[in-house]
Order: sequence, then structure tokens, then C-alpha cells
Amino acid sequence: MSVRIAAALVQVMAFCALSTFANAADKAPRSGIEYASAELRAMQADDFANPGMLWVARGEKLWNAPAGRDRRSCAGCHGAAEKSLRGAATRYPQTDRASGRFLNLEGRINQCRSERQDAGVLSYESEELLALTAYVAHQSRGLPVAVVIEDSDRERLTRGREIYYRRQGQMNLACTHCHEQNAGKRLLAETISEGHGNAYPIYRLEWQTAGSLHRRLRACYFGIRAERPPFGSDDLLNLELFLADRAKGLTVETPGVRR
Amino acid sequence: MVARVQLPASCRAGEIITVRLVIQHPMETGFRYDVRGNRVEKNVISQLTCRYNEVEIFRAEMGSGIAANPFLQFHTIARQSGDLVFEWVDDRGVRGEERARLLVTEA
Amino acid sequence: MTGKHIARRSLLKWLSGLFCLSAFPLRAQPADTLSARVDELTGGQTVTTGRVVVDTPRLADNGHSVPMRLSVDSPMTAQDHVRSITLLSPRNPRALMARFYLGASAGRAEIVTRVRLNGTQTVLAIAEMSDGTFWSGTAEVEVTESACLDAG
Repeated sequence: MSVRIAAALVQVMAFCALSTFANAADKAPRSGIEYASAELRAMQADDFANPGMLWVARGEKLWNAPAGRDRRSCAGCHGAAEKSLRGAATRYPQTDRASGRFLNLEGRINQCRSERQDAGVLSYESEELLALTAYVAHQSRGLPVAVVIEDSDRERLTRGREIYYRRQGQMNLACTHCHEQNAGKRLLAETISEGHGNAYPIYRLEWQTAGSLHRRLRACYFGIRAERPPFGSDDLLNLELFLADRAKGLTVETPGVRR
Repeated sequence: MVARVQLPASCRAGEIITVRLVIQHPMETGFRYDVRGNRVEKNVISQLTCRYNEVEIFRAEMGSGIAANPFLQFHTIARQSGDLVFEWVDDRGVRGEERARLLVTEA
Repeated sequence: MTGKHIARRSLLKWLSGLFCLSAFPLRAQPADTLSARVDELTGGQTVTTGRVVVDTPRLADNGHSVPMRLSVDSPMTAQDHVRSITLLSPRNPRALMARFYLGASAGRAEIVTRVRLNGTQTVLAIAEMSDGTFWSGTAEVEVTESACLDAG
């Protein structure tokens, strides 16, 4: 009798364990490229056909070009990016210890330009900033997203999460409604992805050019008819932090290709 | 203009090789409007040629029906080592050029 | 003026409000027609269906950039080769999309590129051979509007 109860107990425990594993597998993030068509996957995988690589190529030129008052290039301090910046992009956005400012990759590049190169700040979506950001992020391609949430970042993560789950805009939708509750389902002829930021900057067919994560987030705000936060704003940076934390388990794909 | 050319690392004489070219260019259709509501003027790469050891092997006349950042792939028969020279011009008269060296070994 | 699809798209664009960034005119009036462009190429000569294959996805991810492979069955010898391949659209604002000039030196009559398609249509490719004959192939492509308007 006790053997039968024990056996039943083991079976129940095994079922619970399997269910837990199944749930964990369900929660593992999937990159946007996994929701994309075969043509888009082929375009991203082919480094020559991938239009984003044009920006990476330009970024490499800018990396080595003299800039600012003292004509100092990025390479002048950092050397070869393949060595010095490998893995760097996986840890963004982050708080800059020296200044206390919260920076994404674009912010870090601009901080270097203004404070170390005495060169002008580059605007979001400018050819130069897109190229440099793509080039730097590309050095981490294939590496796992590894953003570190310091204690000082906890508040930002909470704010980012709050934005993600808040209903907004005329359509009164939150990010989660599409990108968690309906990921994998169709919206008109398109398949909804989980909305991760691991491939940015991307080449977006709809834009016919490369663009930043902030551009894409603002496009989503427009999609639900909400007021768009400015490029580089705290709202978008906090959301970026939450997205980076959510994307753990994915690897950097920059430059991604998306619809 | 940023442009990239892809050729095989090496090939044998007589082999049909694949040539690829991609150019960063908006191929502006002339039908888009800017945020102020003004038409953005048409500007596409209209003429493109490829010469291999001075001989034209490929020519393209393109319009707004070709996507932005034009991508082209075609073939040619490898003969002798030499330069492939791409030249193009857009509606504004801005010229671009890209060249790549093809290494051809004896058959 | 236009068909139902253009009117519906115009309505959607007006409703989107503030930003009217259109890839294509709200009232499409083709500057050139497909038949006129075909006649311009062939001089009225017969075009035979065959030998030309247009390989492109059945459903485009986005009308701004659709991958397309054009291949022509031809020995590509000095005596028998493809002179040119012309790509035409019945629905784009400009019917003539591109023309590619080859020749025997190509070895293989195959072009790969990425095109813009202004909506669902059947794309037409016409090859002019060295013997002066014309051959054609087509492909149907479904092109839909973006599910979520972007406004840049």
C-alpha cells in the first residue's frame, strides 16, 4: 500500500517538475528574427545582403577617422574595436559611474565625443550616430544580452516596467497586450514579435533605412496613438532598460533586419 | 556614398562567377512627403555600369521601382585577373565608383 | 481616377492624422502605362511567354523592398544569349522598373535585386534575346500595408 502511495507521489512530483520546466521554456525569450519570414531571415544572415552592414561599414570608417578639436579618433583611445569593445554593447543601458548619468549606447558615444574628443554631439537618427552605434553593437554580435541592474538602476527598471504594462494612447493599449499576450499571432498580414531590442540599430524595410531602438519605440507609441516621448528621454531610456532585462537569454544581432 | 562589392576570393579562368554590389542610396521615389508636407524630390541611381578589364560586362538602368540601398547580383565569366569597376550616377548628377580586384588563376 | 483599394488607402492615411508620409501618391496617376512600355521595348513585336522565371516571395514582407530573382533559360553563347531583361509593373506609379543589359560574357542570365511594389500585383519581366525575339515571365506578389502605421 505504501509503495503505491509512494509511486503515486513520485508521479505527481514528476508531473509538477515537468510542468515547471515547460513553463520555464515557454517564458524563454525569442528574438524578433524567429517570427520573421524566410526572406527576412536570409537577408539578416547574409552579411553582404544585410543593408544594416552598410552602416556598420560606415561606422568602421568613422571609428578610425579623426574627430573634434584635437583630431582624435575613437581608435586613438580604444584601438581595434573588435578587441576593445567586444561585449560592451551587451551591458547597456547602464549608469556611467563617473558622471552618474544613465546612458544607452548612443548616449555613451555622445559622451565620448563631447567630453573626450571635443567633438559635437550627434543627433539620434543621424547617419553618423546610427553608423557608430551599429558598429559598436555589432562587435557584440552573438554574445548574450548581459545588462547589469545596479541598485541605483532599480528605480529606472521599475519605471520602465510600469510603462510596459501601462495602457496608453487613444487605443488604450499597453506593450504587453501585443508583445506578450499576442506574440506569435497575426495583426493583419504581420506576425507580432515579442518586441525585444537585441538587434538594434536595425535596418527596417518600412523605414527604407537604418534606425535606432528609440525610433522604433516611438513608432509603437504612434501605433497606439499615444504621445511620443522625445529621443533619449528618461521614459525611453527606462523602457530600454526594462527591455534589455527582459531580453536576457537572447544574443545581440546587430545589425538586425526587420519589416 | 558607401558601397560594397563582393567577388569570390579567387577563381579559375572560364568559371562563371557571382558579382554582388550594394550601394547606400535612398532611391528617392519623388512621391514621398516630408514632415512639412512638401514633396521630397525624386533622386534615384539611374545609370550603373560594370567594366571588367575595361570591357563593359553589365549595365543597369534603374528607376524608383528598385528598392532603397540598391542591391544587385549578376554573373560574369572569369577570364584574366583584373579590376571590376562599377560606376553610377543619380538624378542629381552625383557620381559614385567602387572597384574590386578579381584574382583569376589558370584553368 | 482610382480603384477601391486606392480610395481605402487614402481614407486610412487621412485618418492617421498628423503625419502624412506617403511612399506613394494618394491619387495614383501612372505617368506611364505597362502596355506603352512594353511596346516601347518590343516595337510591337510578339512576346512569347516562357524561358523567363521571376522568383520572388508570394507574400512580401514590405512593399518597400521585395527580393526578386530574374533568370532566363539561355545558353549565353556569342550566337545565342540574352541582351537585356526589363522589369515592368502594372501597378507602380512608373511601369518601367528597371532594365538590365547582359551579353554572352555573363555566362548565366540571372539577376538578383530588391524592388519596390506599390501593392499586390503581377510583375512582368521581358527578356530580349540576341536573335531579336522577346520572351516573358511573371510572378504574383501579395503586398499589404503595414499593420501598425509608423509615421517614421
